[in-house]
Amino acid sequence: MSENASATLTLSSPEEMAGRHLAHHFDTPQQQFDSGKLGMWLFLGTEFLLFSGLFCAYAVYRMLHPQIFIYASRYLDPVSGAFCTLVLVTSGFTMAWAIRCAQLGKRTGLIIALLLTIAGGFGFLAIHGYEYFEEYQQHLMWGTNYHPAVDLSPTQTVVAKPKAVGGSWSQLDALGHQGYLVAHSNIAPAAIGPAGPALAQSPAVSVAAVASQPNNVQIFFGIYFLMTGLHSIHVIVGIILLTYLLVRAIRNDFGPCYYAPVDFIGLYWGVVDMIWMFLFPLLYLIR
Amino acid sequence: MTTAEISEHIGEHAPIGGNYLNQGKGIKSWLFTLDHKRIGLMYLISGLTMFFIGGMLAMVIRTQLLVPNGLIFHGSYEAYKHYNQVFTLHGIIMVFMVLVPIPPGALGNFVLPLMLGAKDVAFPRLNLLSYYLYITGAIMAVVSTLLGAVDTGWTFYTPFSIQTETYVVWMVLGIFLLGFSSILTGLNFIVTIHKLRAPGMKWFRMPMFVWASYATSIIQVAATPVLGVTLLLLVAERVMGVGIFNSALGGDPVLFQDFFWFYSHPAVYIMILPAMGIVGEIITVFSRKPIFGYKFIVMSSLAIALIGFVVWGHHLFVNGQSAEWDAIFSFMTFFVAVPSAVKVFNWLATMYKGAISLSTPMLYALSFIVLFTIGGFTGVILGALATNVVLHDTYFVVAHFHYVMMGGTIIAFIGGLHYWWPKMFGKMYNETLGRITCVMLFIGINLTFFPQFIVGAEGMPRRYATYLPQYQLYMIASTVGAYIQLAAFLLMAGYLIHSLVRGKKAPANPWGASTLDWSMASPPTTGNFQEMPVVTQGPYHYDDMEYDGRLGGFVHVDPVPALAGAGVEH
Repeated sequence: MSENASATLTLSSPEEMAGRHLAHHFDTPQQQFDSGKLGMWLFLGTEFLLFSGLFCAYAVYRMLHPQIFIYASRYLDPVSGAFCTLVLVTSGFTMAWAIRCAQLGKRTGLIIALLLTIAGGFGFLAIHGYEYFEEYQQHLMWGTNYHPAVDLSPTQTVVAKPKAVGGSWSQLDALGHQGYLVAHSNIAPAAIGPAGPALAQSPAVSVAAVASQPNNVQIFFGIYFLMTGLHSIHVIVGIILLTYLLVRAIRNDFGPCYYAPVDFIGLYWGVVDMIWMFLFPLLYLIR
Repeated sequence: MTTAEISEHIGEHAPIGGNYLNQGKGIKSWLFTLDHKRIGLMYLISGLTMFFIGGMLAMVIRTQLLVPNGLIFHGSYEAYKHYNQVFTLHGIIMVFMVLVPIPPGALGNFVLPLMLGAKDVAFPRLNLLSYYLYITGAIMAVVSTLLGAVDTGWTFYTPFSIQTETYVVWMVLGIFLLGFSSILTGLNFIVTIHKLRAPGMKWFRMPMFVWASYATSIIQVAATPVLGVTLLLLVAERVMGVGIFNSALGGDPVLFQDFFWFYSHPAVYIMILPAMGIVGEIITVFSRKPIFGYKFIVMSSLAIALIGFVVWGHHLFVNGQSAEWDAIFSFMTFFVAVPSAVKVFNWLATMYKGAISLSTPMLYALSFIVLFTIGGFTGVILGALATNVVLHDTYFVVAHFHYVMMGGTIIAFIGGLHYWWPKMFGKMYNETLGRITCVMLFIGINLTFFPQFIVGAEGMPRRYATYLPQYQLYMIASTVGAYIQLAAFLLMAGYLIHSLVRGKKAPANPWGASTLDWSMASPPTTGNFQEMPVVTQGPYHYDDMEYDGRLGGFVHVDPVPALAGAGVEH
């Protein structure tokens, strides 16, 4: 069946096929395709800019309160995040495959690749949804909803990274950025300005004395949920668009002379992938 | 075929098959139209409606301020809150529903493809979608107003916008949609300009207005998404209590101001750049001289668009920004004056020794130059750090941006409306009434806003429902000016509507413009061009046409040899 379909597709004149999809105000299919592509790239630029506000908020708060980010990031599971990444990257690959199939007029290949891409999208949402669920259960939420039942014990934290943290969280909190520098520096604390001696003289430097978490950890979870939430909305929109492509692929709309929608939605999916590429290390891999 | 040849051709022979207004009948042919001209017209009608509502709110404000204790709202907390709601709605409607979307949406949509020699914009469906997003956004704003009108000021500064009990979320989501509409319009225009220029329409053969629209579109596409995410964060703040902008939850309210002005300052240039484009077109046509310093004007548009992105901090001089950043933003703000001045000087040089005709559109263009210059210079005063500390949040600021927005954008837009009115509707308006109205508006605007510079410099704060008695004389003058403006706008509505019914039929080229938008019959057909134009020279050339009294418009007389082709024998 599918063999026949692709055979029919190659038999129908490419010019005729392109002409059928040519809007009245364009002179040539090439002009139409180029316009669509430029429009898509501009749109994806605005997508990056939409996220840029959140990246900017992230940068500002991480610069001002690094201790919050170091502390709170430990609640996130890098393994789960890595799985999300793997699934999404694989779906990016199948999307590229789908575009190639559309260009070559291979209907079956296109359908399979689109199905796999959609599956990847759902897989990502499933893994990430489970993470959200766990965080909800542990009250690892934004604003006033942040009151985790399981406080990451500071000892545990320090055991996990004994070299990274020199003082208590609360101390780092008070010292802000400078405290962060002290904690992560190989230079003797005294060499780093007024905060240095304070840390060095403090008995709290000893691991056992670390007592409390930093203030305002909820800020991290606010940013985390906004960034990943907005990204997940984009994944959902992507799945809807891919389903639309699937319907059209089954209807046998695409071929060597007309594959623009597959190409453009593929670009969108690539951008969704790429944004996750930034989110994963920024949120999960802070040490 | 050249512009003038076509105009001559069509001027003498009525076009066959009607025009875009009557090709396709019934309400559905309008609601689902993909024709850029019809969409432009729908934007125009919606925008003028919003302008009327916003204007009426302004009249309420001015009437309130006739007496020091307030004529309409006085005596109670609730009353003063209503005053806050009125000026907030005035600001939101005028900024987000009139000044930002309407010059590109109405005039840009109508004129841009005509000027480029294209049959339509690149994405007609997207164009219609952006119109409906505009309408949906406007409806959400109305709904929020009915539920509980926002009282935050159009800037939605946190933390008040998080705490107020009015319907901020509805309003903000409405503006998010308006922003989305604006992005799609900008994107559509950029692609149209890149990909749909007529054969021979090189970049430096494009008219001023196209360049201005291009610069505007760049800002729309590059700045509006940041507004989008800011508004989403504000919604998240109110609905979920995320705390990014809420100091009670560890957030930073000043970050909101940075985000907000990162869009809203470039947005000021979204408003003024199309206006500058319109003024450029009008001045060259009514001076009968090619524009002076074409490339400089083009580059100044792009320069304004780019520099506009790095001046937002001048809104935060007294809000805890560091002195170093204050200095940088102040310097960049001064820098914007350079391309703006380049434009003004080039317009003046264009008029120099030109055969100036003081028609209605030209009077508006001249008013624009005067009013925009006053608005621009006072902007430099506000951009200076020392004076800003004194003048911040006074009526001086109000006067400054009303000179730029009202005296600049609206005046140029109205001028453009008069300029393209014959092309849009195929009718001529009453020229005498047009000139009288323009003079009334010019007097009205100066009388309204100039006294506000004085009271502002004397320290009268903005956004207050009451004021000290010593300012009353100025406030009365200001209110009288506002009523003169109202009268002028009503008169304008009268003669424009009258022209639709009784107006003289417009010729193809009533003003003798040489750009492609005047090369077809008035009004154009749905497909714009009977025969696709081929461009062989720059946009402005007036030696090859003269006025023909029989048509009431200009015709092509002495073709430049290179342009000779079909139609010359006419």
